[in-house]
Amino acid sequence: MRATLGVFWDRLMEQRWLLPLLVAVGLALAFAIPQFRLVNNYVQLVMILAGINIILATSLNLVNGYMGEFSLAHAGFMAVGAYTSVLLTLHVFPVAAYPGLFHLSVLAGGLVSALLGLLVAIPSFKVRGDYLAIITLAFLMIVKSALENIDVIGGPRGISGIPRLTTLPLVFCWTVALVWLLRNFVYSSFGRGVLAIREDEIASELMSVDTKRVKVLAFMLSAFCAGIAGALFAHLLQFISPRVFDIVKTTEILIMVYLGGIASIGGSIIGATLYTILLEVLRPSTVAGLLSWLPAVVFDPLNEHFIRHLGVLRMIIMPLLLVLVMLYWPRGIMGMRDFRGFIPLRDRLAHRAATPRGPTRNGTADSH
Amino acid sequence: MSEVSIYWLQQVLNALQLSSIYALIALGYSMVYGILTMINFAHGDVFMVGAFLCFLAATLLDLPFVPTLLLTMTGAALLGVLIERLAYKPLRNAPRVSAIITALGVGLFLENLTLAFYPYPQNVPTLIENINWDLGGVSLSSLQLIIISLSLTLMLVLDYVVQRTPVGMAMRAISWDKTYVPLMGVPVDLIISITFAIGAALAGAAGTMYALAYPVIDPYMGIMVGWKAFIAAVVGGIGNMRGAMIGAFILGGVEIMVVAVLPSTYRDLVVFSLLLALIVIRPHGILGQPRVQKV
Amino acid sequence: MALLIATKVRHHFGGLCAINDFNLELHQGELMGIIGPNGAGKTTVFNLITGVYRASEGSIRLRESELVGMTPHQITARRIARTFQNIRLFRDLSVLDNVRIAQYSKTRYSPLEALLHLGRFRREEQRIIEHSRDLLAIFKLEHLAGETARNLPYGSQRRLEIARALATGPELLLLDEPAAGMNPAEIDQLMDFIRWIREQFQLTILLIEHQMQLVMGICERIKVLDFGETLAEGTPEAIRNDPWVMKAYLGAEAVG
Ligand SMILES: Nc1ncnc2c1ncn2[C@@H]1O[C@H](COP(=O)(O)OP(=O)(O)OP(=O)(O)O)[C@@H](O)[C@H]1O
Ligand SMILES: [Mg+2]
Repeated sequence: MRATLGVFWDRLMEQRWLLPLLVAVGLALAFAIPQFRLVNNYVQLVMILAGINIILATSLNLVNGYMGEFSLAHAGFMAVGAYTSVLLTLHVFPVAAYPGLFHLSVLAGGLVSALLGLLVAIPSFKVRGDYLAIITLAFLMIVKSALENIDVIGGPRGISGIPRLTTLPLVFCWTVALVWLLRNFVYSSFGRGVLAIREDEIASELMSVDTKRVKVLAFMLSAFCAGIAGALFAHLLQFISPRVFDIVKTTEILIMVYLGGIASIGGSIIGATLYTILLEVLRPSTVAGLLSWLPAVVFDPLNEHFIRHLGVLRMIIMPLLLVLVMLYWPRGIMGMRDFRGFIPLRDRLAHRAATPRGPTRNGTADSH
Repeated sequence: MSEVSIYWLQQVLNALQLSSIYALIALGYSMVYGILTMINFAHGDVFMVGAFLCFLAATLLDLPFVPTLLLTMTGAALLGVLIERLAYKPLRNAPRVSAIITALGVGLFLENLTLAFYPYPQNVPTLIENINWDLGGVSLSSLQLIIISLSLTLMLVLDYVVQRTPVGMAMRAISWDKTYVPLMGVPVDLIISITFAIGAALAGAAGTMYALAYPVIDPYMGIMVGWKAFIAAVVGGIGNMRGAMIGAFILGGVEIMVVAVLPSTYRDLVVFSLLLALIVIRPHGILGQPRVQKV
Repeated sequence: MALLIATKVRHHFGGLCAINDFNLELHQGELMGIIGPNGAGKTTVFNLITGVYRASEGSIRLRESELVGMTPHQITARRIARTFQNIRLFRDLSVLDNVRIAQYSKTRYSPLEALLHLGRFRREEQRIIEHSRDLLAIFKLEHLAGETARNLPYGSQRRLEIARALATGPELLLLDEPAAGMNPAEIDQLMDFIRWIREQFQLTILLIEHQMQLVMGICERIKVLDFGETLAEGTPEAIRNDPWVMKAYLGAEAVG
């Protein structure tokens, strides 16, 4: 039974239509859910957050997982994207008249953020490892304190009264598009260059990889995605301030990435989704709701001693969970592996051992 | 003395107080980095726990300064060793980044655990009778004197331990070479635990002094102070203990001086920009050695 | 015609002068060896040619272009490839990816095409895969294409390193102690193999080797280094009989 199931599963995973089908179904759902109110607003909010977190985690994974650096700058890029797009929607684009312009402001957030990604990439030419981590930290702090010191954009108080323009279908589309771009990048010669840099930078250079160019591309792409995520986040929260994008936010994204596993797109998707859902599920109201079928004798004491305190407890449980995952799965859930569906068929076939092929064009050496 | 020079002397004194606290924390980062090449991101939170232990000893147990300090240092040391044994030791052969993430997790855990008990900032009682000396216009408080001299004493003791005792020699040996030193009969596990204990005890001491100098404490106080101390360690050349002290004094000095001439909101902006410039110019810090990559 | 000309190259690490007054003229199609005791500066010569270090003085020219001052990837793209004394594969990547990465500079699509997997992308990727698998087949590694490089036995790792170097499409190949850790029978095979790839890929080869059997067996010319200075240069016979070399390098060692 298990064997047949296994074979079936394998067959299923091999299908080229599987992923497009899933995306199509997802897209239909993304539009249907708000249209027909299939789930309540709260669940919708969680789904939107999950989408934004997936963008953040997969894009940070490009630098921290695939390239093997330890960037702490991601929340900074988010901030840049968020502020850029919010300023555009509030003061430049007549979004009220033309809602379509919102897409432009999101895109602009990503582009400005990508430009700053270029700025962070430059020190990475010379500095690596822990010191680069500190440079990215400094970048994050500089962005934050710079925003705090610009009074016209609210200074430390931030900006409120942002229209809520981020919707489920929109986030779904951005998520799919950005994950697709990241995956395409990873499975290209630039992506292989990124991996090579992680393995051995000098050897990569000597194997003709233009490491500077590859780093610039990776940092810019990663920052672009973070900027988009920040823009979407700002128009969801309807309020931003420099404190929203501080080191704690970066830490959250780091947790998603390493929980899911480095150098894995599927891993980041799992990590981000799991993190978002766990954080919500562990709320007292959710748990109480989930367990309300229990008889009162069991439920009441449980509620009294445990569930009621979850608001605080979950903040303790989450990091504990992270530590446990690291101890038992130091590489995260999917470290260095990925779902077959995410690997281009061409790559999968090329890695197959000894597919019987005709004689090679160069012939085979008989001397070795 | 002129008004201006008195003002600046006063600032130097304030800088010394802040710097000594940074230095004690920075040492812990540097020691652990030296021996494990690991950034112990939970260290700032050990400092925070130290401040809360001081608060507890002073309020619940009603202890005076010296026992409070000793208790805090002991408690912090135990916490440091506990963290090392439970969370870091199993990961010693895992990818380096797993340990870093674990450290972040431990830090969050400590913050939120403390938050569960103290959701609001707490006021720390005065443990040291406040005497102010007037030195020709510059005022020196008894607290400042104690903080500065105690930190210096602790640093001198540490320097002695590291440079002159067998334990210190073993520490330096392990940070020099991790492959062969263990084969020579150096009890690596023990030395690593001792390193964590010393580093955490210093952070505990720093927590006590911070709590006395800036007596409103909260569970998230360790984040910023921790990062700053870490920066101090990096500026000095991480892994190098004298470097950590120098870095801390530079950082404290810059912070106080920036606030003296600019609005205080510019403090972090200037500090981090300077850090950025320094790392780009001198990636291995002031006293650190550049690592040679052989091909 | 001279392919590579190094003139008056000097390099020092801090106070240590690792290479002094180094001159080299390497002709197209030649197979030359560099020998010398440990620390003589042999690997440093490779590092200077490939741009890992920038020569303190002197010039290194490939045909008409000056290599000093170029970055390693620019030099590799000008068709100089190398292997390493201590194997430096991309250990956590697949055998295939090791070879594919080395074709970076020969890949002709833009980042935009890569992001969208459109345009020249598909054709180029297919070409790279085919070329890589051909190379792997030559090195009897095709069945290991999906294997992680670190899991390969030592001998296969050495072969993969040469395959990876060839994947960059070189006309000049630098081999740093290719016979290290091999027994005499394996060295015989390796000699045949080096001759064979030289024919097949029309290579000029410069190799460093301590193994006298190999150096004397296949090199047409040999250069002897000691303390960064050139002691002697000539045919294997001339080197074998050079009294300076005998004294300084070969010494009491039995020469095979
Ligand atoms: N990056 C470096 N920094 C400082 N000194 C170096 C560096 N690289 C090499 N050296 C020194 O330069 C000298 C020449 O080294 P090189 O590696 O070229 O020797 P080699 O001839 O290849 O020796 P071996 O046969 O052991 O491989 C040695 O004294 C070595 O210690
Ligand atoms: Mg060598």
